[in-house]
Amino acid sequence: MSDRELMYREALREALFEEMELNDEVFIIGEGIAERGGSYKVTEGLLDRFGAGRVRDTPISEAGMIGVGVGAAIAGSRPIVEILYVDFAMLGMDMIVNQAAKFRLMTGGKGRVPFILRTQGGTGGGVAAQHSQSLEALFYHIPGLRVVMPSTPADAKGLLKYALRQDDPVMFIEHKHLYMNKGHVPEGELIIEFGQADIKREGTDVTLIAWSNMVPRTLEAAEELATMGISAEVLDPRTLVPLDREAILKSVAKTNRCVIVQEAVRRGGIASDISSIIQEEAFYDLDAPVQIVAGLNTPIPFNLVLEQASVPQKDDVIAAVQSVLHVDTF
Amino acid sequence: MAKTARPNTPSKELLEKLFTTAFRIRNFESEGIKLYRQGLVRGYFHPYLGQEGIATGACAALEDRDYIASTHRGHGHCIAQGAEVGGMVAELLQKETGYCKGYGGSMHIADISRNNLGANGIVGASTPLGVGAAMASQVRGSDAVTVAFSTDGASNNGTFLESLNLAAIWNLNFILIVENNQYAVSTKLEEATRETELYKRGEAIGVESHRIDGNDPLLVYETVADAVKKCRAGLGPILIEAVTFRHSGHHVNDPGKYMPEEKLAYYKERDPVDRARDNFISMGKAAASEVEAIEADIKAEFEAAVDAAKVAGEVTVEDFQEFVADY
Repeated sequence: MSDRELMYREALREALFEEMELNDEVFIIGEGIAERGGSYKVTEGLLDRFGAGRVRDTPISEAGMIGVGVGAAIAGSRPIVEILYVDFAMLGMDMIVNQAAKFRLMTGGKGRVPFILRTQGGTGGGVAAQHSQSLEALFYHIPGLRVVMPSTPADAKGLLKYALRQDDPVMFIEHKHLYMNKGHVPEGELIIEFGQADIKREGTDVTLIAWSNMVPRTLEAAEELATMGISAEVLDPRTLVPLDREAILKSVAKTNRCVIVQEAVRRGGIASDISSIIQEEAFYDLDAPVQIVAGLNTPIPFNLVLEQASVPQKDDVIAAVQSVLHVDTF
Repeated sequence: MAKTARPNTPSKELLEKLFTTAFRIRNFESEGIKLYRQGLVRGYFHPYLGQEGIATGACAALEDRDYIASTHRGHGHCIAQGAEVGGMVAELLQKETGYCKGYGGSMHIADISRNNLGANGIVGASTPLGVGAAMASQVRGSDAVTVAFSTDGASNNGTFLESLNLAAIWNLNFILIVENNQYAVSTKLEEATRETELYKRGEAIGVESHRIDGNDPLLVYETVADAVKKCRAGLGPILIEAVTFRHSGHHVNDPGKYMPEEKLAYYKERDPVDRARDNFISMGKAAASEVEAIEADIKAEFEAAVDAAKVAGEVTVEDFQEFVADY
């Protein structure tokens, strides 16, 4: 059936079921993921189907359990470690940065680390400073890691399945606002290779680059822009490492204008890096400076009004588009 | 502390293996330091001199399917797990023929093909990584055991408790060997913890734990062999604190002046390589000529490794760029 709709979390679950069925080396550990089925219900049913050997609850030992995942991956397994919030991954940074990311190079390519850290980030309605961060830039900065941030159910499924079939450590960062979102997920095999951006909406006047929860928000902005007669193209890189530079440059060559929308704080962010790529490689395609709409340089406050003010909203995107369109051409 | 009665009379074959391994490590480190002094080895070099008995005894108790995870002081573990000296010398000399093609060096030396998860530049990392390998074995239904070599210094790192506890709740085939050489770089153990008998940390979380003389290779072998047997019977994990002492400072350029001379003399009296040799002669009835032949072979093997490494090529910048192009 071509019109099958699944929730983001159901699509992730389907990927886990399918890959665990196919490969006995895949196992998953995390806090409350077994009997409880995970805080976001992604792992519901896995314990019944695959048993306590391959689906295990852990104590609250992030550094230890991430390290165990990395060690198991070096030893040839395909472990998934679920970390409740990306904020908590900070407790295991040594294992991510100094172990997982380095092992392939340190062994001259003889060792590989097919380790997946599944987690979720972003603001989510008053969960405050230690449960709301968008930390992808930290991992983006570390050579040797893959950084995957799906925005739709189909992307979530296809990218997770691919993650379980490749050989490098993956930071698979979901978004707490997306789990209940529904979207079309085709029946049957769905594999999405890393490094392939997806055009979520075609347009001709401006390229909007967004990932994770900023994709639905940017699409809403694009809808509204359309009513103003502005045709916005929305490009979702889907994986930040590897980054589909070609798709970005191609879209910018078509629209000649670009706005990058990032939930994470502005300073040292991935948007800045993408912007620098565009100005280095597509300077003469641009009719206006690349604009970045990003989070404030702040921890996320609890107060909901302040929380909203901390991350890009639809109107911020619209304002940025208007600004790049009103700049005179060279 | 020490066990008294030997469970079995050790075979000559075992005693020869223990002596050969211990001497190979001793020779590798002594000669390696000379290469370092000549400027042929760059970076860091943490000698295992004085601690050879631990890797030697432990790895002799393992089968091919078993794993080890090592430390920054990892040459001895790598050799004891069966790595060839040629690939190790080449790695120290940053050659393409090295185990890691010159990408890793002393602190990251690893012979992946022999289930060695590698030396590690982060103190404490071997424990969680080793528990991971033990978990991989359990999930795939293998009875393989993982030995993680760790240190007194690492015992104050959070992952020590976190990962040993994971091994315990999951009954993993995991043996944690805490090489207690009594110093974390230059900080005395007594300054780093109130309870210096580190095996008690295992007992505190329900893990069978032992404290033994790490300078007795045969005792290390027997203790680890027993632990391996228990693990394969589903009684793991097990912690073994092996007390030892470095013969020198933390790394080649640390004279180790903070190490008291009397203490150093005490441990040199109980030198693990001498004890392995003595056991081979007394218990194994080995002739002096046998011992001499083994030592001569090991020395020649090292010299040949140096000769080969000197003329071997290095990874080119172009190869390197291609290797990391997808990073």
